[in-house]
Amino acid sequence: MPELFHRKIERTAIGFVLAIIAAASVGGLVEIAPLFTIHETVEEAPDMRLYTPLELAGRNIYEREGCYACHSQMIRTLRDDVERYGPYSLAVESKYDHPMLWGSKRTGPDLARIGGKYSDLWHVTHLMNPRDVVPESNMPSYRFLARTPLETADFGMQLAAMREVGVPYTDDMIANAARDALGQATPDSDFSAGVVERYGEKTQVSAFDGVATELTEMDALVAYLQVLGRLTDAAYKQTAASEKAPGSQQ
Amino acid sequence: MITELTSSERQYAAVILVVMAMVGVAMAALGRSDPFGVHGVIVLVYSVGLLFLVLSSFYAPEPRTDRQASYYDDPIKVGIALSMAWAVFGMFMGVWIAAQLAWPTLAFDAAWSTFGRLRPTHTTGVIFGFGGNALIATSFHVVQRTSRARLAGQISPWFVLLGFNLFCILAVTGYVMGVTQSKEYAEAEWYADLWLVVVWVTYFILYLRTLARRKEPHIYVANWYYMAFIVVVAILHIVNNLAVPVSIGHAKSYTIWAGVQDAMVQWWYGHNAVAFFLTSGFLGMMYYYLPKRAGRPIFSYRLSILSFWGITFFYMWAGSHHLHYTALPHWVQNLGMTFSVMLLVPSWASAGNALLTLNGAWHKVRDDATLRFMMVAAVFYGLSTFEGSFLAIRPVNSLSHYTDWTIGHVHAGALGWVAFITFGSLYTLVPALWKRDAMHSAALVEVHFWLALAGTLIYVFAMWNSGIIQGLMWRTYTEDGTLAYSFVDSLIAMYPYYIARAFGGLLFLLGALVACYNIWMTARATPLIAGSQLDLPDRRPATGTAPSPAE
Repeated sequence: MPELFHRKIERTAIGFVLAIIAAASVGGLVEIAPLFTIHETVEEAPDMRLYTPLELAGRNIYEREGCYACHSQMIRTLRDDVERYGPYSLAVESKYDHPMLWGSKRTGPDLARIGGKYSDLWHVTHLMNPRDVVPESNMPSYRFLARTPLETADFGMQLAAMREVGVPYTDDMIANAARDALGQATPDSDFSAGVVERYGEKTQVSAFDGVATELTEMDALVAYLQVLGRLTDAAYKQTAASEKAPGSQQ
Repeated sequence: MITELTSSERQYAAVILVVMAMVGVAMAALGRSDPFGVHGVIVLVYSVGLLFLVLSSFYAPEPRTDRQASYYDDPIKVGIALSMAWAVFGMFMGVWIAAQLAWPTLAFDAAWSTFGRLRPTHTTGVIFGFGGNALIATSFHVVQRTSRARLAGQISPWFVLLGFNLFCILAVTGYVMGVTQSKEYAEAEWYADLWLVVVWVTYFILYLRTLARRKEPHIYVANWYYMAFIVVVAILHIVNNLAVPVSIGHAKSYTIWAGVQDAMVQWWYGHNAVAFFLTSGFLGMMYYYLPKRAGRPIFSYRLSILSFWGITFFYMWAGSHHLHYTALPHWVQNLGMTFSVMLLVPSWASAGNALLTLNGAWHKVRDDATLRFMMVAAVFYGLSTFEGSFLAIRPVNSLSHYTDWTIGHVHAGALGWVAFITFGSLYTLVPALWKRDAMHSAALVEVHFWLALAGTLIYVFAMWNSGIIQGLMWRTYTEDGTLAYSFVDSLIAMYPYYIARAFGGLLFLLGALVACYNIWMTARATPLIAGSQLDLPDRRPATGTAPSPAE
């Protein structure tokens, strides 16, 4: 008699709590644990590169400003999603994302493959006042990014913390983090060669906000936006899409 | 309030606050100019402020010796006040950011006032500030009355309540400074999360110890729900917030979860924050205050059991429906969808149980706006759980996901269910707690009811319309097989609905202000009723099981 059984466990607080824990644990265990053990969950992508210190700083600004509240970074396996934004997102593309920024709402468009679609100048103009380039936009203005210097002193610690959670940054990358951030936003400087050497040929070196003499938060955010969807070409290969990855040399 | 504590309890309280103040100093020293340092100063000011309160009554006379013969209601009263203060704050932020979506220049030229930073102040303010304080306050009330025993602690109820509010303050002040984990509904950073674990474990122990003192052999159904709320929220909170801070002096941390696994953990958390914070806890309220106000027993004990275990078991599977058509493996999406649909059964069991309890009391629903609040809450609970199961079906989700339909669904639940059951419960609780005949003004409760209902309906209809239009525009093709609308076309179509939504939210905020005034006047102005001494705990030895290990 289930009712009699229930009458019994209702009489003991500890027993009731244990029963709650047992009932509530099953779903999470069954759905989450296998995601770490089933190999196909995350695809292979040998060409996957890491975020540079400047891009990681931009990513942190993207989080800090709550951009994820209005922009997704997850193109679904739906025809209209793919035709509007590009090949659908693969799990491997966010495997170094702590946390993921897939988002849950599109008040603005998806940004998973925004990298390379617009010029640096467009992004800067848009972030300064979105209505200057998209008159109907309801996005906030981010002028303060351009007047806020980028703090690079702790970039080594940021990379080291990322390594703690499993992202394979090398000692060399950690030691040179602040220098690489400056180098990526200062083309033709002594530092810019180093960042390309450490993070790969496809690293974009640019005076992102148009001013090469000073590193601002605008530099970092634009550098991050420009790398979105370009850490690996896996999605373009997987879907056999006719279009090429933006900026790919193939 | 301090005078209710013995002098040794006042000493304990002072010691706890001095330790907290020292932690604040250490945080400020370690963090320096980092927001972590600012939060150290906030912890310091908060602790010293409370310490000042304790010390101001430190040498007051000892409390009367028979205080064990009465219920411990002071923390509940403060909890209600805090809950209403957070309601006004959180709803105001909601109206502001809703207005920003319609009029984007409605911000200052400064980082803190952008939509992205203010949005979590709204969600945290209403979910944790308003909802959390209401849950703590009502749980303290319900567990004492249904166990006929006084709370099992003198300082710990204050520690739980005020510690929880410190967490909320750290969270909200963090967002405007740019401190966030960016995990939705778990934005607060690692140190605030650690603090919440301390507070929550204290809450759990206090609740169990109070139940162990009960004079009833059985634990009443409302307590099942409050217990599930406390236990499962702890599990969710700890797992989702595992992170490595950049350093001990940095507010910033990196979550240990990455990419697809992080997405699953986050929405396992996110959906069950809805389940165990916004549903389970508030069902606890409903199972006590609704029958109390209606003067009728719960319709069916068996439905209560079915519904409770159904919710506790099924909900934990449902989170993956937030990730349909994403890079999450299909088998997990399908499990999430299946369990989300099955979830309708226990959800409607509770909604039906509540509405059938009102059989024989429908004339009271007509006349009494307080009971009507709770009736409408049960209806909205039924509607939004149906909508939730519906939206979790993959093809439906392909239309609704990423659109305002989700926002409409959430607010049907948050306004129509959570806020309505809370206001109904508070209007029942406040007169009882302050030992008054009734609320200061029944007419103002009526005004609040209609403001809240109109606000909710305007809000929800606006978002249903905008969401469906948005979803359809995104997938409309021309005859040539190309997408018919640009993204900006769909945004332009949203503006009228964004204005309507902000107006609906404004009405709801006005209703909350009316409630604040009414509660204030009830606590301050009306004379005491006679015979209030009857609301007392049972002094016989506990008939519950042996004291829990917590003791």
